[in-house]
Amino acid sequence: MATPKPRVKVPKKAAKGEVITIKTLISHPMESGQRKDKEGNLIPRQIINKFTCEFNGQLVFSCDMDPAVSANPYMQFSAKVNEPGTFKFTWVDDDGSVYETENKIAVE
Amino acid sequence: MTLSRRQALGLSAGAAAVLAFSPTFALSATDDTDAAIKAFTGGATPAEGTVSLDTPEIAENGNTVPVGVSVESPMTEDSFVESVLILADGNPNPAVATFHFTALSGIAEAKTRIRLAKTQNVIAVAKMNDGSTFIDRKEVKVTIGGCGG
Repeated sequence: MATPKPRVKVPKKAAKGEVITIKTLISHPMESGQRKDKEGNLIPRQIINKFTCEFNGQLVFSCDMDPAVSANPYMQFSAKVNEPGTFKFTWVDDDGSVYETENKIAVE
Repeated sequence: MTLSRRQALGLSAGAAAVLAFSPTFALSATDDTDAAIKAFTGGATPAEGTVSLDTPEIAENGNTVPVGVSVESPMTEDSFVESVLILADGNPNPAVATFHFTALSGIAEAKTRIRLAKTQNVIAVAKMNDGSTFIDRKEVKVTIGGCGG
């Protein structure tokens, strides 16, 4: 499996107190553990089971995922911006790998 | 009362049709779903309203069905939505995802894409920080299921 590549869309700047929309996508097969290979053996489950978004170290949004989330999990949610800072996005894989990315935002 | 062979066949076909087309009879995974809702709410029966699901009426491809959920709430430190549980009662495992919000979320709204094995109900259960719970359910018709191999 190729290394999952996170893609995040955050506005570059926002007014103080504005509620912004954040969109995230990460490439990942989200193998459900229900599928079988050609020989009829079950393909073991491997999914991203947790996603979190933090702003300046404070939790904004998180999500626990089950195998029913589609491949390349997409997440859209909101955040209230009161100060300039950095959004940190974290995905946790079943095998323990952690994928991270960060986005800065300015406040006018 | 004695039935002729013809009558008996007609009756059983009718009964099978009722079973296949009535949503209250046909779903066997609802026990799991009810158990998941109970576990999430702590045994309470959630009220209707406040939370609303945004799903397509017909999903052509069950592998990626867009699902949105929004909850009416001021989202302040004193009153906010803690978490929203998404369930699909016709999947092999009804659990789909759980969203956790905070006061920093601004509005309690999230969208994602999910897998649906067949035509079924998608259910959202919201839990507020004061412990009250709300529920919404929508039927999604699935043309091609999304759990096959």
